[in-house]
Amino acid sequence: MLGAGMTDSAGTAEGAADARFGADRFVPQDCPDGTPTYWVEAGELRKVLRELKPDFPMLYDLFGIDERLREKRDGQPPADFSVVYHLLSLTPFGQLRIKVPVIEPAEVPSVVDIWPNANWYEREAWDMFGIRFSGHPNLRRILLPPTWEGHALRKEHPARATEMEPFSLDADRQDMEQDALLFRPEEWGMERATEDTEFMFLNLGPNHPSVHGVFRIALQLDGEVVIDAVPDIGYHHRGAEKMGERQTWHSYIPYTDRIDYLGGVMNNLAYLQTVETLAGISVPPRAQVIRIMLAELFRVSSHLVFYGTFAQDVGQMSPVFYMFADRERLFGIVEAITGGRMHPAWFRVGGVAQDLPEGWDTMVREFIDAMPARLDHYEKMAMQNSILQQRTVGIGRCTQAEAIDWGITGPNLRATGVDFDLRRDRPYGGYEQFEFEVPVFHNGDCYDRARVRIEEIRQSLGIIRQCLDNMPEGPFKSEHKLTTPPPRERMLEDIETLIHHFLNVSWGPVIPAGEACVPIEATKGINGYHLVSDGGTTSYRTRIRTPSFALLQQIPLLSRGLMIPDLIAIIASIDFVMADVDR
Amino acid sequence: MSEMSTLLYGLVLLAGAVGLAAGLTWFERRLLGIWQDRYGPNRLGPLGALQVLADMLKLLTKDDWVPPFADRVVFVFAPTAIVIAMLLGFAVVPMSPDMHLLDVNIGLLFFLGMTSLAVYSVLLGGLASNNKYALLGGLRSAAQMISYEVFMGLSLMGVVMLSGSFSLQAIVRAQEDMWFCVHQFLGLYVFLIAGIAESHRLPFDLPEAEHELTAGFHTEYGGMKFAMFMLGEYLGLILISCMMTTLFFGGWLGPGFLPPLVWFVLKTGLIILFFILLRAAIPRPRYDQLMSLGWKVMLPLTLVNLAATGAIALWMEG
Repeated sequence: MLGAGMTDSAGTAEGAADARFGADRFVPQDCPDGTPTYWVEAGELRKVLRELKPDFPMLYDLFGIDERLREKRDGQPPADFSVVYHLLSLTPFGQLRIKVPVIEPAEVPSVVDIWPNANWYEREAWDMFGIRFSGHPNLRRILLPPTWEGHALRKEHPARATEMEPFSLDADRQDMEQDALLFRPEEWGMERATEDTEFMFLNLGPNHPSVHGVFRIALQLDGEVVIDAVPDIGYHHRGAEKMGERQTWHSYIPYTDRIDYLGGVMNNLAYLQTVETLAGISVPPRAQVIRIMLAELFRVSSHLVFYGTFAQDVGQMSPVFYMFADRERLFGIVEAITGGRMHPAWFRVGGVAQDLPEGWDTMVREFIDAMPARLDHYEKMAMQNSILQQRTVGIGRCTQAEAIDWGITGPNLRATGVDFDLRRDRPYGGYEQFEFEVPVFHNGDCYDRARVRIEEIRQSLGIIRQCLDNMPEGPFKSEHKLTTPPPRERMLEDIETLIHHFLNVSWGPVIPAGEACVPIEATKGINGYHLVSDGGTTSYRTRIRTPSFALLQQIPLLSRGLMIPDLIAIIASIDFVMADVDR
Repeated sequence: MSEMSTLLYGLVLLAGAVGLAAGLTWFERRLLGIWQDRYGPNRLGPLGALQVLADMLKLLTKDDWVPPFADRVVFVFAPTAIVIAMLLGFAVVPMSPDMHLLDVNIGLLFFLGMTSLAVYSVLLGGLASNNKYALLGGLRSAAQMISYEVFMGLSLMGVVMLSGSFSLQAIVRAQEDMWFCVHQFLGLYVFLIAGIAESHRLPFDLPEAEHELTAGFHTEYGGMKFAMFMLGEYLGLILISCMMTTLFFGGWLGPGFLPPLVWFVLKTGLIILFFILLRAAIPRPRYDQLMSLGWKVMLPLTLVNLAATGAIALWMEG
């Protein structure tokens, strides 16, 4: 039986799949996160996924793993690479992982016609691993430039510039690179003209005041009407996943802060929960509550930035300054507690870096007492403004079915009326102890996407207040032997503790072999780190599933037939961070 | 006035208008700063007022660059057109009973004509840049300004009917009993909206629309040529405020304890403040929304105003 440990609906789906294809064809894999994981042969993949879609309507993630150097994979089918399909069912919550073993030359059938959002994920897997997806409509590189040689996440691909030949740009290469940059609409799937209209192509970005970072959209325009919009990403790609294979489990923490750089320690949480699941560490209550408090502070901070830039992008000049001033106050608290501001990198394997400083409660209380009145003020200033409403109500509408089909999570999903929040529906890290509402709106337009976030700020303030009133006493770090850095008080007791401390600090902890992904409800949607440990001091594969990636892929769908200002309103309302897209 | 004093007055007016427009950039930034919980330029000179000089120095010493793909002659001419047109518009503004460069019986038409000319500046700048963002900005400005010109002109006809003259001095004198803002409030409302649209400032800065078109029609402009556009915009703001004072708020009229010029400046200053406040507070409508507001709301309003004013004027004459 496949469905052990799953929710009801997931169980029946599993049962159906079991009966139809025969249990012997599925090779189960035991994962420490408890997510049922099965290996399926490439030939049967599409049949299996089609069967599963009614019960697992969302393709949460799709990525590759280079299996060639992995040592501890007992019981798993032989493979050079594997492709992982991470599926979700929302109500009730259920997860399922399907893995496909691939032997070089790697080829897997595409599932774009089953889940439209597989498009970009398959392109990424092609880009990073050279896995071909037969039947994919547009299998081009997505994060790296088209002239890149090799596939960056393959184990043989160098990770650092010092491992490569020195870079040189001779005339031929320059011509080649420049030629690759030329814009040819056909390559982007756009026609130059129809019988009656010649289209204008407008290159929006990668530097543009409203694309919030380095993001490019090629627009096909008829007058100011957007006929098609093709996003081009990868300008912010920094190889975060590749770096995960070099950094120790501990020293990778600061890299995570910079993924969703508005989410701060929220990223640490997504990463560390997975590490702790692999290591079997349980975090003491005080550390849990501290983590939740900081994560919610960052949710408020991120949503404030959203709120301000949202108003700004529809042309309202002032709100952004008020919201940034509030965020500044909030950073004052973050700074007092962690010493950092946007990227505190303050959570640790097994807890947090330090205990809370004296006087933290006064600062937090002042902030959460002042905020509701200010939010009321902003409501009048921005959300109730009739021009802002004209610009955003009914613009960029997305239905529930579309949102689920495109892997949209977080506030944008809740704006379409799907009542789903991981913090409530599969509580992690201690959220089960908190009382809060999950704001849901139903129009799925730009205005509702903003309203969800504004209500979430209020709910987060409530959670922070509960943290403040019920902060447990006790250690801020786990007693577990893999807690990093290990408690210093124990260091000098005898030679054993000294060696233990020395190894865990200098080499870093050795996390037991296994695979896990413990997604969290991050500021922009569900963020999850799928980590593969091969029993070493670094991760064997770090896969970062970010919400922004899915959001951007949906832009063409939302913006076709609207005007440029609407496109700007849509971009403002979906709330993404380019580092969170490109990693 | 003698020829000499007219010339002198003309020069003072020119210097005053340009100086005021430059000073206004600092004033606006400071005000926005105060309203937005931040400082604004506060470092150079008392209250940062010398920031204007620093900005001018910077703009003057910048490379005077014309993009190779632009239409050179038009590209250079475009920014001057707006400044010239706006400055000429000041000629008919009556600042006190005897302070005006021109008191012609077509004063109001002259003003409308000058603001219409300013449209060319934005339009030509957008077209000559040979840049897609600039082109979109130019297109928007052409549509926006030509439409709003219609309502602007029509909205003032009520004032003309009541005062029986196109001469601005005569219009001011006709308000001795009651300012036109009272019985021409519809005209005032339309003129206000059309005035913002004409001076293309937020919320109606669609030709520029930073968040959509990067910098719209002046995307390719830098240095002094960019400064000319800015100067033109601020001159337009001052001119529109002057005209609002003149046409609807009794111009230089006011109780005798202050000289007429002071009344005029006070009223104009308050209107400028109001324009700046609008910029700080209101988001930008979409281009087609602005157009439909114009043709579906503004035009009927002005026509109703015109018909009612005409009927009442006829009735009063008996």
